[in-house]
Amino acid sequence: MIRRGIAFAAIGALALTAAACGEGSKGSGSGGTPKVGLITKTETNPFFVKMREGAQKQAAADGLQLMTAAGKFDGDNESQVTAIENMVAAGVKGILITPSDTKAIIPAIAKARAKDVLVIALDTPTDPQDGTDALFATDNFKAGELIGQYAKAKSAGTTPKIAMLDLAPGVSVGILRHNGFLKGFGAANVDAKASKAVTAPQVVCAADTAGDQAKGQSAMETCLQKAPDLNIVYTINEPAALGAYTALKAKGLEKKVLIVSVDGGCTGVKGVKDGQIAATSQQYPLKMASLGVDAVAKFAKDGTKATGYTDTGVTLITDKSVPGVEAKDTAFGLQNCWG
Amino acid sequence: MSTVTSSPASSVASRLRAVSPRLAIPAGSTIGPIVAFLLACAFFTTQSSQFLSGGNLALVIQQVMVVGTLAIGQTLIILTAGIDLSCGAIMAFGGIVMAKLAVDTGMPPLLAIAAGITVCASFGLINGLLVTRVSLPPFIVTLGMLNVAFALTHIYSDEQTISGLPSELTALGNTFPLGRTDVTYGSVLMLVLFAVFAYILGQTAWGKHVYAVGNAPEAARLTGIPVRRRLLAVYTIAGAVYGIAALLLIARTGVGDPKAGQTDNLDSITAVVLGGTSLFGGRGLVIGTLIGALLVGVIRNGLQLMGVPSIYQILITGILVILAVTVDQLSRKRSQR
Repeated sequence: MIRRGIAFAAIGALALTAAACGEGSKGSGSGGTPKVGLITKTETNPFFVKMREGAQKQAAADGLQLMTAAGKFDGDNESQVTAIENMVAAGVKGILITPSDTKAIIPAIAKARAKDVLVIALDTPTDPQDGTDALFATDNFKAGELIGQYAKAKSAGTTPKIAMLDLAPGVSVGILRHNGFLKGFGAANVDAKASKAVTAPQVVCAADTAGDQAKGQSAMETCLQKAPDLNIVYTINEPAALGAYTALKAKGLEKKVLIVSVDGGCTGVKGVKDGQIAATSQQYPLKMASLGVDAVAKFAKDGTKATGYTDTGVTLITDKSVPGVEAKDTAFGLQNCWG
Repeated sequence: MSTVTSSPASSVASRLRAVSPRLAIPAGSTIGPIVAFLLACAFFTTQSSQFLSGGNLALVIQQVMVVGTLAIGQTLIILTAGIDLSCGAIMAFGGIVMAKLAVDTGMPPLLAIAAGITVCASFGLINGLLVTRVSLPPFIVTLGMLNVAFALTHIYSDEQTISGLPSELTALGNTFPLGRTDVTYGSVLMLVLFAVFAYILGQTAWGKHVYAVGNAPEAARLTGIPVRRRLLAVYTIAGAVYGIAALLLIARTGVGDPKAGQTDNLDSITAVVLGGTSLFGGRGLVIGTLIGALLVGVIRNGLQLMGVPSIYQILITGILVILAVTVDQLSRKRSQR
């Protein structure tokens, strides 16, 4: 009975696999098409969904077959290593990756490059940066700096009391934005290359949110307990910002506190338009992916390897601009948003 | 229990007779998992020309060596009707201890490895003590330990990935040629560990005791098995096995990674369950766990080769787990009738 049952289970699962594959391999063409792999940090974050869409579109245009994979959580290095190995086994020409762990992924990338696979980091540089052939990314430090400058100009004449709603311990993107913000705000001794988050006298509270709305809300609530008179909130991304807004609104403080953020997702830009978020630094995942796929197509065609860092740009989005800090309005933001 | 009399002595004797058939029930079968595994392999062979090659199969084994090794310890604990949610976190801490001692303090690499394994075994011992001496449920004990080990990993590592490891720590990630295929030493170590534990569980009195404890602890106690000592040993040995998994993890990724292993607790339970081991304890084979781990690896690898997004691998694994547990539950009900 057990045997029959398990065999039955296996057949069921395989049927399902077949169904999934039927969908997944649609339009992938014959084995002769060159392949390109895209490995994101997670499957579900809208940022990576947009990146995948961009890659899919560009791959179709360039006549490449796209393979995708992702880690199970942000920071899941092992799944990314496994995906690289499997893609190399599948014979990809190039791999585009947003590394979850910038250092730990290096040996696996080195093995792929040794087999003449072009590896390009998207969004997040590896550590060291020359671990990949090229990097197509937002300057996250600059993204932080822009909202830092904005918050500084906006809060002129008051005593700034800042809450920092960060990502998670040890994640480079979070550290870069955090440090960039403080640099933009005028904090001394901030180094763009620092591997740890710094602090400044104006910071009254710092908490991790994992970039999650619910956790952003709890973090804000805690910070309000600690410092009820805080007036500036830096957030790692827009979900955290909207969580913070909810917490502030519950205390009737939403008009007194300035929230700034990073990302430029469509929900976030709408938050800026509606006045929940004062300003956000918008980045462009679709551009990273399409540039990456193009680079692999070129490599497959004539062997030219992309090199170095390509800044895919960042724009400050706000409807209440301040003199001296260049910004675009939410109409522009909504036209170029993702998610 | 129709022979129970008023005499306590004969009561014990009759209870022993009553329980002895239960102690003798077969330890389980791996036919189901093997069939599922072969079917999956057959399917992927038809779908991808790259699937059925020595190199690719060696790759799959290499990809499951960390979770597979963790799942050996998990199997021991689940056989005693326990569960271990802390295995991945203990492994991550053990790995950081090894890497940090070897890189930062300049301790001889082999000593650092021994220290890491000892640390992991100590975590297992503490789990075991809390389960046996304080009689806490394994779920809660290991849930707590999951958080303790996770936090210690981040505190001790200062959130930093440790690179530049001495070659001894990553040696198990090196390969040797077998025919035309490159096989990693770590894969071989995992397979050897499975063989060792298959022998211990199947052929030694200690192994039989583990099954008896999982089946019916009270009956096991009455037959003279030192239940608490066996449980304590199971948790401690499982901890040591996690230490070996930590070494394999370092070898596989080439760095000490504080963020490693966060889903490995559930992944190892998945392998155990897919291998046909009952979550109610007392039934299952460690070789089944190997097949369960390989099944997950093959599905992940095969779908990837076909170009199917990895989210489908998670979906299919989830459905397989539910099916495997359903099968176990149904067969249990049947055998109780």
